[in-house]
Amino acid sequence: MKTYKQVFAELAQAGRSALIPFFVVGDPDFDTSLEVVKTAIDAGADILELGIAFSDPIADGPTIQKADIRAARAGMTMARALDFIRQVKAHKDVPIGLLMYYNLIYQYGIERFFADFHEAGVNSVLVADLSIDDVGEIEEPAKAAGLDTVFMVTPVTAPDRMKLIASKTTGFIYTVSVLGVTGSRDNLSDTVQDLVSELKKLTDVPVCVGFGISKPEHAAAIASAGADGIIIGSKVVGLIEANLQNKEKMLSEIATFLTEVKTAISAG
Amino acid sequence: MFSMPASGIENQISRIEENMKHKGRFGDYGGFYVPEVLIPVLEELEEAFYRFYQDEQFVADLARLYKDYAGRPSPLYYAGRFSEHVGCKVYLKREDLLHGGAHKVNNTLGQGLLAKYMGKTKIIAETGAGQHGLATAMIGALFGMDTKIFMGVTDIERQSVNVHKMKLCGAEVIGVEGGSGTLKDAINDALRYWTANVTDTFYLFGSACGPHPYPTIVKHFQTPIGKEARRQSLDIIGRLPDMVVACVGGGSNAIGIFSGFVDDKDVRIVGVEAGGRSVSSGLHAATLVAGKVGILHGAKAYLLQDEEGQVHDTESVSAGLDYPSVGPEHCLLKDTGRAEYVAAEDEEVLDAFSLLCRCEGILPALESSHALAWLLRQKGKLDPEQVVIVNLSGRGDKDVGIVEEHRPMNVDDK
Repeated sequence: MKTYKQVFAELAQAGRSALIPFFVVGDPDFDTSLEVVKTAIDAGADILELGIAFSDPIADGPTIQKADIRAARAGMTMARALDFIRQVKAHKDVPIGLLMYYNLIYQYGIERFFADFHEAGVNSVLVADLSIDDVGEIEEPAKAAGLDTVFMVTPVTAPDRMKLIASKTTGFIYTVSVLGVTGSRDNLSDTVQDLVSELKKLTDVPVCVGFGISKPEHAAAIASAGADGIIIGSKVVGLIEANLQNKEKMLSEIATFLTEVKTAISAG
Repeated sequence: MFSMPASGIENQISRIEENMKHKGRFGDYGGFYVPEVLIPVLEELEEAFYRFYQDEQFVADLARLYKDYAGRPSPLYYAGRFSEHVGCKVYLKREDLLHGGAHKVNNTLGQGLLAKYMGKTKIIAETGAGQHGLATAMIGALFGMDTKIFMGVTDIERQSVNVHKMKLCGAEVIGVEGGSGTLKDAINDALRYWTANVTDTFYLFGSACGPHPYPTIVKHFQTPIGKEARRQSLDIIGRLPDMVVACVGGGSNAIGIFSGFVDDKDVRIVGVEAGGRSVSSGLHAATLVAGKVGILHGAKAYLLQDEEGQVHDTESVSAGLDYPSVGPEHCLLKDTGRAEYVAAEDEEVLDAFSLLCRCEGILPALESSHALAWLLRQKGKLDPEQVVIVNLSGRGDKDVGIVEEHRPMNVDDK
């Protein structure tokens, strides 16, 4: 199974940042979702971020909320999510990070969750509503299962806390570019570049940036500020929503957009 | 993450003070399961609370507001005619007589004053029945703060009078479409808004649940209910009550009155949840009765959910109890057996509402009517000399339309 370490090493040699699209597993249904994810891989995704739908996604804006609802209505379950991940890995061995809400893990059984999902091909699990303060609840089982850790840093995270977070991270730091929930923004503030450079001074752990990135030029600017990866969620999930009646168009628009971003972050 | 002063909060529960020093835990319940972006603002809130809650000026300011603005102390009233229907001596703690018509003003004055001391000028709040929204809109006007209230669209429809009152007080009411358009969804969107506006906005949380430090803060500002009731019981009746009963949604009025009696081991403590259509139908909000431990809105607590952890939509005739989780301290009180939690169904709640209107001339909130309904069900099981205090947490003017829908009345009805 390909590791984050291998991917970031290869990218460092090639001199470009990782392209990391995010999708909700099973959005809008299992089969279409699988095609979407395969399309993203073929368009050059270096790492995948995948979410499992939750009824109350408090860290997500309307676009991802609607994707959660579509996936849930189409019958997504934890067992089907495992199956989905196995099928993605069979297509190509790309590292997969899960983005989860804690209650789903808690009810599944913490140890069993990490073991089962690692076995299916997951490299890391970021729990949106579990901060570094309570990492003790999942640290041991995650490590025992062989998973890397990914944590978030935001524009309001204090420097000492950034150091603590970096010290606990073995995969990559998920840097939130703006205050707020997930969702496309037309403009990104300059603070994200400062945040990336600050983090790069504090740690050697790869730094990836997400939230609000909706244009190739955003991605290019963040990549040139030194980010090791660009995470794009709401923009591509929005392309699913916009083309629910036309799967061919959905797939081609996602492929085109990701290819543009890939080109933009490779140029720098 | 948080450092707690050794003095602890004035809550008379030594066991729970002990737990609070560990990240706002009540046993294993509570905590702060929130996105990283909210951590600094919760730390700021906790620091400010512990800096001011015993501050001489703050305490004096709040005491004056409780007395002159809210109308504290609220009376402890012997409901003689209602008592005949129950078969024991029933006293009502009249939180319904407070300004705004519910206990919610205790908390909004406290947190609003805290926001003012912190220099905040913008407040947001969630609301179910609209009582917390109204109480927040009131203090938003009082303190001259920009106020936004998040409210589910279902609740906006069924509590339109309160929506109008909030707007009259100058608050902006934001309709929330997600989920079932009730309290849970309002909290989701209030949290999302806060995430994007942490630097200048104070989230005035309405119940004794949510992430630390809210369960502790809200309880603190609701403790006057219990302190007064205990003192009034000794003054008026000459002894402590045998039983204290309160309705439980998130659990703020209940924890407020329970806190006065939890150390009095002979006082039976009962929390009444929303049984909705019936607990067995699944259409209810009886979290402690029928839930399983999980994580929602920043806290580990009992939760109504399916096997995989997806949170259930709840159902209750009373918008204020329509919530799938519950305050963490109630979870601990349940597990330790210090309090018992039961449910009352919509139909018996409507009966209790009507009965109190007819025999006492008091319109109770449908929320508070749950406590009355459960008590009525105990008829025949209670000693006539038993003294029961029911927390009448709010008045029912807001519910007249809902009652009319369920129990239509002709104008010439006798």
